Amino acid sequence: MKYLCLVYLEEQKLRAIADTECMTCGDGFRKSGVLIAAEALQPIETATTVRVRNGKVSVTDGPFAETKEQLAGFYLVDARDLNEAIQMAAKIPPAREGSVEVRPVRELDV
Amino acid sequence: MTTDPVHEAINAVYIEHSRRVLATLIRLLGDFDVAEEALHDAFRAALEQWPREGIPANPRAWLVSAGRFKAIDGLRRRSRFDPLENEAGERADVAVLDTAAWADDESVEDDRLRLIFTCCHPALAADAQIALTLREVCGLTTEQIAQAFLTPAPTLAQRIVRAKSKIRDARIPYQVPTPAELPGRLDAVLRVIYLVFNEGYEASSGQQLTRADLSAEAIRLGRLVAELLPEPEVLGLLALMLLHESRREARTSPSGELVRLDEQDRSRWDRALIAEGTRLVRRALLSRRFGSYTIQAAISAVHAEAPDSGATDWNEIVGLYDVLLSTDPSPIVELNRAVAVAMRDGPESGLRIIDQILARGDLRDYRLAHAARADLCRRLGRVIDARTSYERAIALTKQEPERRFLERQLAQLPTLLRTPST
Repeated sequence: MKYLCLVYLEEQKLRAIADTECMTCGDGFRKSGVLIAAEALQPIETATTVRVRNGKVSVTDGPFAETKEQLAGFYLVDARDLNEAIQMAAKIPPAREGSVEVRPVRELDV
Repeated sequence: MTTDPVHEAINAVYIEHSRRVLATLIRLLGDFDVAEEALHDAFRAALEQWPREGIPANPRAWLVSAGRFKAIDGLRRRSRFDPLENEAGERADVAVLDTAAWADDESVEDDRLRLIFTCCHPALAADAQIALTLREVCGLTTEQIAQAFLTPAPTLAQRIVRAKSKIRDARIPYQVPTPAELPGRLDAVLRVIYLVFNEGYEASSGQQLTRADLSAEAIRLGRLVAELLPEPEVLGLLALMLLHESRREARTSPSGELVRLDEQDRSRWDRALIAEGTRLVRRALLSRRFGSYTIQAAISAVHAEAPDSGATDWNEIVGLYDVLLSTDPSPIVELNRAVAVAMRDGPESGLRIIDQILARGDLRDYRLAHAARADLCRRLGRVIDARTSYERAIALTKQEPERRFLERQLAQLPTLLRTPST
């Protein structure tokens, strides 16, 4: 069984844990063969929300706004830039019903 | 204050070229802040070298080279952590480097479009798009923008800083959209330009009715985009702005009061702007790929052609509103159409449509809907209804000259209520 472990932090605590400690944790999991993928994310200000309605792509600043919407899945993609990431996000089928938040991955500072 | 001709020339170069130089430097250096610093360094170098060596044949190329050189030099020095680094003592001379890599006309012209499209990227907040465009493309200072939008300068500065970090951290690319992306992206650019224009033409709040400087910036932006990317809707928007602008002088009285379209002295309309606007509308209409800006401009052009309000072709205007409603339906378009119907068929017909819109619950808090309703009721002699609607409109307006205008209309209503004749 695979599990997705989501990490939540208040904005002022984003850097409360040193990146080196996170790296060590990831390396430990990787060595024992249980880690599939792990990434840190850029803060919420870098988020962009993509929706597709009536075949038209809408792009807005910020994270998803509908509180009724719940996290339903994820895609980790490799894109040249935000425009390409938005194009990919728009192809994810649930973008037609809900929203896809596009958030850049942050390189650990180690 | 300096009156020395070289300094004056540098000032003129700054006004003419600084935004283009910045646009190219952002492409070459890949970062807004680094590019802005490089731009300042380039002009500092020019102030030092040009009085000695004369103004270069191609000042823009010189400035880009100097800016790039200074930025790369700065990055190199910073990465070496040189403790002996002493900026004041260093020679500031720069030579014009090889320009072939960046200076071909096409990529330099595209830089200005890249800058506009990046500043108006839909992944940036709407108010940040406006602030960033005015700052980077138009070169207004943060203080000027803050003043124009009645926003505290620190708030505005913060907005710009956030937008730049997002461009960097989320990697918003510095490029002109592909043909497939263009329609949506161009919409965003045109919306920013039109919002800036409207804020200048019909300031949404405050003491002044109009802020001419913002409208002038919007028209400048419109001309720039029309020159670089003459799509029909770009021409349509430019036409719309020019046609509105042509009436600026006539729409306020010498004491700063609002003058309605039908009461304006049409001899004060700017004929040159009308001629240019009308030409652009024709070009956009002929393309057959036009949209709502072009139709709105066409409506404005019909008004501009009429020697007075009575001679306006209201039938044509209602027809254009019908087209607009089919391409871009909205309660506000319906309201404007209702006013045109009232002019064509009489106030009763217009009032019926407005009451239908309000009964649906749309535009209940829109001051102009109540102001239009009040005016039609007044013309029909329905004094009580007119009074109620004027009061509602006054309660909703945030703009002083408009409030005074509505209060004058209200005061001019007959004070004695009509008694039923039975």
